[in-house]
Order: sequence, then structure tokens, then C-alpha cells
Amino acid sequence: MSVKQQQMREAALAGTGVATPLYASRQKVYPQSVDGPFRRLKWALLVVTLGIYYFLPFVRWNRGPHAPSQAVLVDLENSRFYFFFIEIWPQEVYYVTGLLIIAAMTLFLMNAVAGRVWCGYLCPQTIWTDLFLMIERMTEGDRRKRMQLAASPWTLRRLHNLALKHFLWLMVAWWTGGAWVLYFTDAPTLFVDLATFQAPATAYIWILILTGTTYVFAGFMREQVCTYMCPWPRIQAALIDEHALNVTYRYDRGEPRGSAKKNEALRATGAPAGDCVDCHQCFNVCPTGVDIRDGLQIDCIQCGLCIDACDTVMDKIGRPRGLIGYDTDANVQARMRGEEPEKIRIVRPRTLLYAAVIAIVGAVMLFALVTRSPLGLSALHDRNPVFVTLADGSIRNAYTLRLLNKELHPRAFIVDVSGLLDARLDVVGVEKDASGRAIVEVGPDQTREVRALVTITRDALHDHSHDIRFVATDTFSGRSAIAKDHFIGPHGSRQ
Amino acid sequence: MTSAHKEHIDPHTGTSTTGHEWDGIRELNTPLPKWWLYMFYATIVWALGYFVVYPSWPLISSHTPGLLGWSSRGAVTQELAALQHKRAPMVSALSQASLPEIVKDDKLRGFAVAQGRAAFGDNCAPCHGAGGGGAVGYPNLNDDEWIWGGTLDDIHQTIAFGIRSTHEKTRVGMMPAFGQTGMLKASEINMLADHVRALAGLSTEKSYDRAAGEKLFGEQCAACHGDAAKGNQEIGAPNLTDKIWLFGADRAAIAEGIHRGRGSMMPAWNERLDDTTIKALTVYVHSLGGGK
Repeated sequence: MSVKQQQMREAALAGTGVATPLYASRQKVYPQSVDGPFRRLKWALLVVTLGIYYFLPFVRWNRGPHAPSQAVLVDLENSRFYFFFIEIWPQEVYYVTGLLIIAAMTLFLMNAVAGRVWCGYLCPQTIWTDLFLMIERMTEGDRRKRMQLAASPWTLRRLHNLALKHFLWLMVAWWTGGAWVLYFTDAPTLFVDLATFQAPATAYIWILILTGTTYVFAGFMREQVCTYMCPWPRIQAALIDEHALNVTYRYDRGEPRGSAKKNEALRATGAPAGDCVDCHQCFNVCPTGVDIRDGLQIDCIQCGLCIDACDTVMDKIGRPRGLIGYDTDANVQARMRGEEPEKIRIVRPRTLLYAAVIAIVGAVMLFALVTRSPLGLSALHDRNPVFVTLADGSIRNAYTLRLLNKELHPRAFIVDVSGLLDARLDVVGVEKDASGRAIVEVGPDQTREVRALVTITRDALHDHSHDIRFVATDTFSGRSAIAKDHFIGPHGSRQ
Repeated sequence: MTSAHKEHIDPHTGTSTTGHEWDGIRELNTPLPKWWLYMFYATIVWALGYFVVYPSWPLISSHTPGLLGWSSRGAVTQELAALQHKRAPMVSALSQASLPEIVKDDKLRGFAVAQGRAAFGDNCAPCHGAGGGGAVGYPNLNDDEWIWGGTLDDIHQTIAFGIRSTHEKTRVGMMPAFGQTGMLKASEINMLADHVRALAGLSTEKSYDRAAGEKLFGEQCAACHGDAAKGNQEIGAPNLTDKIWLFGADRAAIAEGIHRGRGSMMPAWNERLDDTTIKALTVYVHSLGGGK
């Protein structure tokens, strides 16, 4: 929509009671570069987070000869997840649930302390958009230059810069997708395979998909992802309270706006004069194109860049900093009423509650991790036939036993059954040792399934069903695992 | 209407109108979002490409094959071939190893049992039951009693050539129909039925005369079932003294067996399954619990 159309629309809407049209066309945002403590913090976080993302797969962690030596690895083929000293099997995926609860609660805690910290500083969408904007500035110039370019006719130079920008964007996007697949297999090997076109097709397909999403999200959609696609701003808006810190504009100090000279003159006469000189710097540097002076709004990701911009201007015109700054909604309201703002309280019931939940879930997970059993045993009773009558009349039940060896070396387990007197246990394919014990060997970090036969004489069987338990004991450490099951016999009287 | 009409904005929705008006009602101008429209065009282009490379247009007796020559049957064949290729090393190891070697090697046995279980479900389960639990007339393969022998070789031979099958190497042996052929009278059959129950330690009718039963058994049955009635696996004569009854242990069922004879059959599977599959089946059945 052209500016003229926009004006016509606004004119037509005036006095109709319709605030905004149902469908708002996107106004392209040309964020200006800015310097200041928040910008520098954001650069630092960008370097740290991207550094972790791009290089973590190459970090090694020695687990001995029977497990991969990649510190962080999602081994889908062998159904294992490795994270430094932690190894998780598929049946332990509830750890991930705990991790997700902690992640959600951390997000809530951040929100209770200082609003959309995640959005403004840590979210991948923000980080990569920042990186893409940096490339845009390098190739096409800053805000004013880019706006001029957009309105100017096509020239060879403009085309060259545009091509260079997209080339660099695609390179970054490609590396982003490439780093992702490295988390799923041995990174150095895959890296070489990718470079020599030996890698599996799946790797290339995923790289292509993620290259596409990075390129489109960070290059073109940018703030629209935050405003329209992301659920967090909506949830965040419902969770926030008036004691959380937010990037705010101080109405009491800023209004009425006016030029520096005019307001200086007014101030001299004692007439009301604000500090805001209406320079639009806060608006110009905003990556989502909002005017912070309109107050808290859903498009604002609270990155703090307008604080840097405003402080720079305040320094220039010799007014105190902090016209835009982190403040709570309660204080904003108090200032509007002319009252003294309260002290900012980070320790509140809300933040304490979130912190407590994080601590409790963290403690439970830590406990589960520390006491994680390095062996496991499960039993599955045969369904057909449920029991078998042998030639001598005794009754036999068959079970599939699965032994889990979660340690990274081979182990041997004594398998036994209890709960039935004089029951005889045979493990198919396993010879008993001299003292009549069935010893099952299981490879490192592996499971093994064996068929177990439990036999008992007909006379020793008193009921249709007996509770029994299988016990697997580590021959070396003496630790054992138990699996409960039933022994089923025929109904009715004995023949 | 001219194209240069002044844009009119609908006051209620704030949306521009197309300039069309009927009875004072104006049509709102709400074009599709561009991204949606371009996606729609992209799907059309995609569809055209699809027509060319995949089978699409029906012809009178067939269809256009498409440049890729893809077909669902071909895809299945390919997947099966890929699976066979993946299993090839283990299958070839299985085909080269002898049955005792397979059973001794954990890895080979595990593979054979898995293959055997699948083949059993496809071929054997209709008669013997999903877990080899058997039914009346179809032996339970989990117990420790074998009519034709329970060693690996015995089981292999039974599966490969069948029992009373059409194969020339089939196992044969027949329980004669003593009643139907007039070899025994009804009273003698009843007496034998009682005697067989007595051999297994089951209750008998009051009229049962052990001495007469023993004499009759010696004359008519011992030739196959043995003097001690322990059976003979060479000819598939079952042990009559144990607790396992293929056709039931009640007097009527035993009498019926003597009267009509028994001779159920099992097909020769080497006519339908390859040798590796039969080996896998052998190891699987042997592992169920009764293998000797």
C-alpha cells in the first residue's frame, strides 16, 4: 500500500469508530544501527549463543571404546542421547519432560523479572535476524541508505550489492542448517562426508530445509515471525504483571514533546516542557518498527536498542539519560499520578514460586539421574500358549526376558526366579554353570532378549495364578534388577 | 465503470471496495494475500511437473508411466530387495552354518529365531497357533513330547518333507481304523480305550479288566506303540503313558481314535520355502522349549 493509499484509508476511517483495518499490510522496517551498552550486550550474546550452536558438535567427550565420543549427540540410529556425562535411553525420555518443564519455568521466571528478555536477547529468531541485519548494513548501508535504495531505480551497483547480500545470507543459512545435522551423527566424519558429497541424502535434505527456513525467517519475515507466528508474545502478555521490568518510555519526563530549543525556552519560563525532542531515533533503531512512546505493545520484543538510541540523544542535548529505560508498569502508573516510584522488587511471590518449581524439578531430575539404575530387566509372558503341560504332567510357562546393560562395558547377570518353591528355570541357549546358575552375558550399552522357561510339578501348583519375580544380579557389582510377573497353571481339579 | 474511479473505503470495515454497487451494497475489495496466491501458483507448477514425471493420465488400457517410471509395485519390490540386501550377510551365514552351529552362536541364533518367528506366523500359525500352542489334532510345539522326534535334525526333516505329505521323503506311519475295518469289535475298542487310560494313570470304567486289556494291547498295539506303550518316533507312534494327548484324554476320544484311526498330515515345506527359512523355522521351533 502506498503512503497515499494509507492516508486515504486513514481519512476514510476517521470518525467511523474503526481503529484499524482487518488486514494490515506490512510496513517494511529499516532498522538503523546503534551503539550502547544494550547493543554491546546483544552482540556478546550473539557471539556466545551462535558459538555454542556452531561449534558444540565438535566438542569431544571420552566414553571409552563402546560409545561415541561426541559430547552432545542425538544418536537416532541407536536410540541414544548423549550430553556430556549423561546418556539417555529411549525409555528414559521423561528426562526431556523435566527439561521442558525447567525451560518453560525459566521462561516464566525471566518474564516475571524483566518481561521479554528471551525475545529481545536470546531467541534464535532475534539472534539470526540481528546477524542478517548486520550483513544487510555491510552490503547496502544503514537505514537511510537502504530506504533511498529501495526507492531508487535499478543500477548495476544496487544489483551487485543485493546479490552480495543474498549470497552472504545464504551462506549463513547454509551453515546454520549444516550445523544442525552435525548434532545427529559424528560431526567431524559427517563434516568431511558433506564436503565430499558422501553424506546420506537425509543430511542434505535437512540442510536444505533449514537453510530455507533460516533464509526466509531471518531475511524476509523477521518481526512478522514474532508478531504473528510466535505463541510466546500472547502467552507472555497474559502472564506479565505490573511489577515486571519492561522497556518503557517515561511519559512524565518526555511530554510534552518539542524541539530541543523550544523546550529549553519553555523550561526557562517555568512552563511544562518534556525531554522528548521527537527525533524518532527510538523508532528508527527498532527492529520491529514500533514506537516505544505508545507504551507496552505486542510487537515490541524489548531488546533495549531504543534505550541506547535515546540515551545517545539525551547525552547530545545535555539532558539526563533514562527517558527510555527498564521500569515496571506500576512505576509508570505512579509517575503518571505524580507519585514517587516504588523500589523495584525482583523477589516477589511470583518469582519465588517459579524459582521454587525450577529448583524442585531440577532436584528431582538430578536425583533420578544420580540414582539411575545401570541395569534393567523386564519380563513378557507368552500369550500363546499361556502354559504348557509336559510329558510328566508338570507345568511350564515361557517368558521373554529383556536385560538392559546401561554401562559401557560387557556384563554378566545371574538370572533367577523366586516366588514358587521348587520352580526350575531354564534360559534357552544359555548353559548353566557348575552351581546350576543361568548366567546371561550382555554387551556394553546393549540389551539382550532371552527366552526363559519356568517349570514346576503339577502337585506344587496350588492356584491358577502365582505371583513370581525374576531377578537379574550383576556378577561383578552385585546390583540387581527385578521384574514381576505371573505363573499360570490350568484351572480346575488336578487330573 | 472506469478504471480510474476514486477509491472508495467502506466505512464499516475500513476496506476499499471494488466500485461495484448493487442496491447500495458495495463489494469489498479483499484480494488474496500475495504469499497465498504465489503458493497456489507454485502448486499448479508442481502439479504440471508431477504429471510429467509420475504416472498420471489414464489411458484406455493403462496409464502414462511418467518419466521416472515409478510404480507402487516397483517401489515395494525395490524395498524388499533393499531389505534382502541388508540381511544378505546374516542370511548367507545362516545358510552356510549347520544347525548345531547356529544354536551355539548367540548372534546367529537370535537372527534365526527372529526370521523363524516371522516365517512361523506366515506359514505355521494357522494350524499350530501363533506361539506354537497347538490345538486338537495339531501338536503343541512348546512341550517336551515329540511324535517324530525333537532334535534339530528331526524337526528340520519334519518341516522340510512333511508328514504323510505328497513328498517322496515324507514321514509316513498310520494309526489303522481298527473299528471301521472290522479288525476289532466295539467291546474290544472300549476295553483298549480303558487300558490306554490306565497306562497313563487315568481312571477307568468298572468293567475294565486289566489282564484282558494287556493281552489285547500286546496283540494289536504293541507292534507300533511298543510293549511298554512308550511309542516309536521312527514311525510316529506316540507315547501313550505321558500326560500329553493330541486328540484328548477322555475315553470317547481314545475310542474314536482306535475306531477310525488317526493320520493327520503336514505339508512338505521345502516345496514352498527356501532352505534358509526352513533352518530358521527349525531353530525357532527348537527354541520354544521342547527342543531335544
